[in-house]
Amino acid sequence: MPKEKIERQKMPEQKPHDRIKNFNEVPFGFPQEIAMKEAQRCLQCKKPACVKGCPVEVAIPEFIKLVAEGKFVEAARKVKSTNALPAVCGRVCPQESQCEKVCIVGKKDKPVAIGSLERFVADFERNTNAVKIPNIAEKKNIKVAVVGSGPAGLTCAGDLALKGYDVTIFEALHKTGGVLVYGIPEFRLPKVIVQAEVNYLTMMGVKVETNMLVGKVATLTELFKEGYKAAFVGTGAGLPMFLNIPGENLIGVLSANEYLTRVNLMKAYLFPEYDTPMVKSKKVAVVGAGNVAMDSARTALRLGAEKVYIVYRRSPEEMPARKEEIHHAQEEGIDFQLLTNPIEVLGKDGCVRGIKCIKMELGAPDESGRRRPIPIKDSEFEIEVDTVVVAIGNGPNPLLLKATPEIELNKWGNINANPETLATTMKGVYAGGDIVTGAATVIEAMGQGKIAARSIDKYLTGG
Amino acid sequence: MFKILAKEVLSDCVYKMVIDAPRIARARKAGQFVVLRIDENGERVPLTICDADAVAGSLTIVFQAVGKSTMQLGQMEPGQSIHDLVGPLGKATHIEKYGTVVCVGGGIGIAPVYPIAQAMRLAGNKVISLIGARTKNLLILEKEMAKVSDELLVATDDGSYSIKGFTSDLLKQVMARGIKVDLAVAIGPVPMMKAMANLTKTYNLKTMVSLNPIMLDATGMCGVCRVTVGGKTQFACVDGPEFDGHLVDFDELQKRLRTYNVQEKTAVEKFQHSPSCIDLAMAAQKQVK
Ligand SMILES: Cc1cc2nc3c(=O)[nH]c(=O)nc-3n(C[C@H](O)[C@H](O)[C@H](O)COP(=O)(O)OP(=O)(O)OC[C@H]3O[C@@H](n4cnc5c(N)ncnc54)[C@H](O)[C@@H]3O)c2cc1C
Ligand SMILES: Cc1cc2nc3c(=O)[nH]c(=O)nc-3n(C[C@H](O)[C@H](O)[C@H](O)COP(=O)(O)OP(=O)(O)OC[C@H]3O[C@@H](n4cnc5c(N)ncnc54)[C@H](O)[C@@H]3O)c2cc1C
Ligand code: SF4
Ligand code: FES
Repeated sequence: MPKEKIERQKMPEQKPHDRIKNFNEVPFGFPQEIAMKEAQRCLQCKKPACVKGCPVEVAIPEFIKLVAEGKFVEAARKVKSTNALPAVCGRVCPQESQCEKVCIVGKKDKPVAIGSLERFVADFERNTNAVKIPNIAEKKNIKVAVVGSGPAGLTCAGDLALKGYDVTIFEALHKTGGVLVYGIPEFRLPKVIVQAEVNYLTMMGVKVETNMLVGKVATLTELFKEGYKAAFVGTGAGLPMFLNIPGENLIGVLSANEYLTRVNLMKAYLFPEYDTPMVKSKKVAVVGAGNVAMDSARTALRLGAEKVYIVYRRSPEEMPARKEEIHHAQEEGIDFQLLTNPIEVLGKDGCVRGIKCIKMELGAPDESGRRRPIPIKDSEFEIEVDTVVVAIGNGPNPLLLKATPEIELNKWGNINANPETLATTMKGVYAGGDIVTGAATVIEAMGQGKIAARSIDKYLTGG
Repeated sequence: MFKILAKEVLSDCVYKMVIDAPRIARARKAGQFVVLRIDENGERVPLTICDADAVAGSLTIVFQAVGKSTMQLGQMEPGQSIHDLVGPLGKATHIEKYGTVVCVGGGIGIAPVYPIAQAMRLAGNKVISLIGARTKNLLILEKEMAKVSDELLVATDDGSYSIKGFTSDLLKQVMARGIKVDLAVAIGPVPMMKAMANLTKTYNLKTMVSLNPIMLDATGMCGVCRVTVGGKTQFACVDGPEFDGHLVDFDELQKRLRTYNVQEKTAVEKFQHSPSCIDLAMAAQKQVK
């Protein structure tokens, strides 16, 4: 009997004009009936393309089948057998370019909403207090250090703990989670979810030391002397890039890292209840068009800016942000100035009063495969703003690496790790995530954390 | 949590605290700082490690109550704990035997110059220290400085103690003696460091200054601490905080320091503290403008 056609289910969400006044999460998540209905759209392919599209090979058809049957907790456990952070991934993974991109249903119709279902099962398990500690292998009494508590470090720590290692995560900041807590805003990824994932690790016996900047407080060599037998470096891409244009050090020019860290990690939007201050902006230009730029622009609106621009030198097709975020930003009234490049920040009394831009057109593809933007002569114009947020990318975090000459870097300053094992040139030290790949995605960082955990286990058991 | 072991009021609104932090106490070197967060709602405050006892596992900070956070910290008592403390941060001072080193500290800047004078002396240098404050009540660490210096000269702006004048006047006196000085280290308010750097340029005397821009993470991640040195952007928290004073764009630093003036004023006004420190804080904000 042919299946009755079901439309892709929409997740209910806050209306744009309400949500720009608060930091609450924008989508509400699927109600149970809707989740079960959406799950029925999956064809349960024998050779599921979606799984190939997922960097950690989540058992997608299996977990979706369990959702369709109303077995939500079982579904969550299924996902978690390969993905330790489903509540995070369900919210921030670029599904449209991974699993959902290759979903068979998507060939004729809209693909199955895999991401929304993943989020649903993870939330269900957490909200019903059904989270259970998995079986842990017998304790090995071997100490492993994990440096950095972003998705790469958390995943590696979790996998090693499962295998019975005595794992300690060292985090430079006062909170764990990496970009998940200091970068991605509350309205996209509530911090309680990240905290719950970290709690899960501590319940598994993973120790966490915050305020521990490895390379300064103690070097890797010193950690080895303290009895650690192996280390994973997941220090991320935390070095903000600037435009190197005149006026960039005026008051009111911030890196996206600063802007987002003030708001997310330090809760500056609650100043003066919280002590960290925030710039007060009326008109904001955000330079760049990735997730970081969308997050900054939407944050600016929520902080009360009247007008927010995205300034981006290429065309809509090249914007690297997730589709959903671009869509949300458009709905919220962000003004997209595309094919536009800033060439100078204009100032008055040391503060920003505007930016001077030039119009661009696209030429032949460059080495990145994207068409190269070329300035159009005599097309300069000014945009009046009081704040400029620079969101054009992040380089590798250099602090640990400067203190660890044993670890070889590539020409971009990222760690030169063996792609198969993620071993670095320092014995017993493995690395993964943005510090190896350059700024990438949560799921890719997690995938690397997994590979490294496997290699570390092999290294330590001599297998 | 990091326990406060001892506290001393050094002068009007300047406090000295000894904090239990064994790991940092062992690792720190002269010129480095810590970042602390008083409580869950606190901001990340950078403060120089003024002294440390590796055996006891404690470190000493000296700070001036100029805004909400430092006022709040000043009200804390031994036995209470600071929520977060990370360090040692920043590059350590390059210490070697230069010959004669002049260490200049202005106001609260005497606190960060102290460990450097101490380390320079230990390395076999002749240390001449020049310290100054606006008025007698604000002068700190005189005895400590005397102990680590071969010679100590003191000035107050208003002449209420020792020589009337600025630390730059003291330096002129020293240079007038015709002795060969190999390095100067000058730490204090931005206008003082700027004046000092301008003066030492005329003597062709290499001068290190320690910059105090606004900081957030202090791990090189946010870029708020950027300063222009020799025409290049540097992040003071990881590339500094010490730089060649003759290359620093002090005017830019001074401007950037007032980024959050309005908000800081709100925070202070909401906070209960002794009136004298509030007056001092407001005066500091005016000075920065
Ligand atoms: C604003 C923003 C939005 C994003 N949105 C998305 C999205 O929607 N979807 C997506 O898939 N990806 C997104 N990304 C990218 C994604 O967050 C990163 O690819 C991912 O977090 C990388 O993980 P990581 O574990 O390698 O490093 P990070 O998350 O960067 O974590 C590194 C951690 O290491 C710590 N650390 C650094 N040096 C040291 C040291 N020496 N000692 C101790 N600790 C140290 C840092 O403090 C940090 O906590 C976004 C990134 C940003 C900045
Ligand atoms: C590397 C470094 C080391 C430092 N070491 C010391 C130290 O040993 N002792 C000490 O007392 N202070 C030190 N400072 C300065 C100290 O961090 C600030 O005074 C403190 O952050 C002010 O916080 P607040 O909330 O009390 O005041 P805020 O409300 O933040 O500021 C109030 C007023 O204080 C001034 N101010 C703010 N930030 C700074 C700053 N970074 N430097 C100078 N003035 C500032 C401004 O006039 C401002 O308007 C250091 C700063 C840096 C960057
Ligand atoms: S490709 Fe699409 S339809 Fe096929 S199993 Fe995966 S989610 Fe289901
Ligand atoms: S304080 Fe953030 S980079 Fe220096």
